Amino acid sequence: MVLNNIEKLIEKYNKAETTLQEEAQLKAYFKSDNVAAHFEHYKPMFQYFSQSKQEQYTKDVPLNTKKTKLYQWISVAAVAVLMLGLVVPTFIGPTEQEKQEALMVYNQTMEALSLVSIGMNEGKQQLNSLALVSDNLNQGMEEAGRLSEFSKTTNKIFKIK
Amino acid sequence: MKQTDFVSLVMPFKDKVFRLAKRLLVSREEAEDATQEILLKLWKNNKKIEDYKNVEAFSMTITKNFCLDRLKSKQAQNLKIVHSNYTDNNASLQKQVEAKDSVDWVSKIMEDLPEQQKIIVQLRDIEEYDFAEIAKMLDMNETAIRVNLSRARKTIREKLTNTHQYGIK
Repeated sequence: MVLNNIEKLIEKYNKAETTLQEEAQLKAYFKSDNVAAHFEHYKPMFQYFSQSKQEQYTKDVPLNTKKTKLYQWISVAAVAVLMLGLVVPTFIGPTEQEKQEALMVYNQTMEALSLVSIGMNEGKQQLNSLALVSDNLNQGMEEAGRLSEFSKTTNKIFKIK
Repeated sequence: MKQTDFVSLVMPFKDKVFRLAKRLLVSREEAEDATQEILLKLWKNNKKIEDYKNVEAFSMTITKNFCLDRLKSKQAQNLKIVHSNYTDNNASLQKQVEAKDSVDWVSKIMEDLPEQQKIIVQLRDIEEYDFAEIAKMLDMNETAIRVNLSRARKTIREKLTNTHQYGIK
C-alpha cells in the first residue's frame, strides 16, 4: 500500500509534477531505514538534498558603511579645490586689453629710465675729468711733500751753524 | 532602515543565498565571498529594499546573476575545483554511514549538470521553493522549469543507478 503510493510519487517526481508536500513525503520515506530494494539508488539523492539544506553561512558581514562614505567625499573635495585653482585664474585674471595697457605702461617707464641712465652716464664722464684733476692735485701734493723734506734738511743745516 | 532591521530581514535566507552560491561556485571560500558581497549589495540599497515585495526572491535572483558573472569572469580561473568541505550531519545510523559515499556521488553528479539545471534543482529540491517562486526568480515560465527539473532529476537518477550497480552488472 505504502510502497504503491511511493512508486506513484516517484513516477510523478521524475516528471517534475510533484507538489512540495509530496516531495516532503518522499524525503521522509527515504530517510527511514526500510526502503524497498528497487528504490535503494534513490536514497543517496534524497539524503543529499536534505543534508545540504543543513549547511549554514557563518561568516560575519561588516555593515558599517558610514566611515567609508566620508572618505569618499574627501577625495571629491580635494579635486574640487584643485579644479578651482586651475579654472578661476583664467576667468577672473586680466583680459587681453589690460595686458596690452600694462605692456605700454612698462615700455614708457623703461624709456624714462633709459633717459635717466643716459644722463647718469654723462655725469659719469664729467666725474672722470674731475678724477684727472684730483690726480694732478695728488702729484702736486707729492711734490710739495718733497719740498717740505727739502726745507727740513735746510733747517737742520741752519741749526748746526 | 536600521542595521538591526536589515539583519532580521536577511537572516532567514542568508543560508539559502550561501548554498546557491556554493552550488554554482563549488568552492566554499568563493561562495562565502560571494554571499558577503551580495549581502553588502543589499545593505547598500537598503532604502530601496523596503519597496520590494519579495526581498528573498530578489536576493536569489541577484545571487544567481552574481555567481554566473563570477563564473564567466577571469577570476573564475582561480576557482578551486578540488574541495573537501562536506560535513555529514546525518551519519547517526549505520546505513547512512555506508551511504555517505553515494551521497558524495550525488554532489559530484550535480557538479556536472548544466548551470540552469543546477540552479533549478537547488531551488526546488534543496530549498523547496514552489514553482511560481522559482519562475519569478529565474524569469522563466513554469513549464520550462518543470522540463529542466525533470531532465536534471533524470540525469542524477541515471548516473546514480550506474554507480550503484557498478561492478554488479
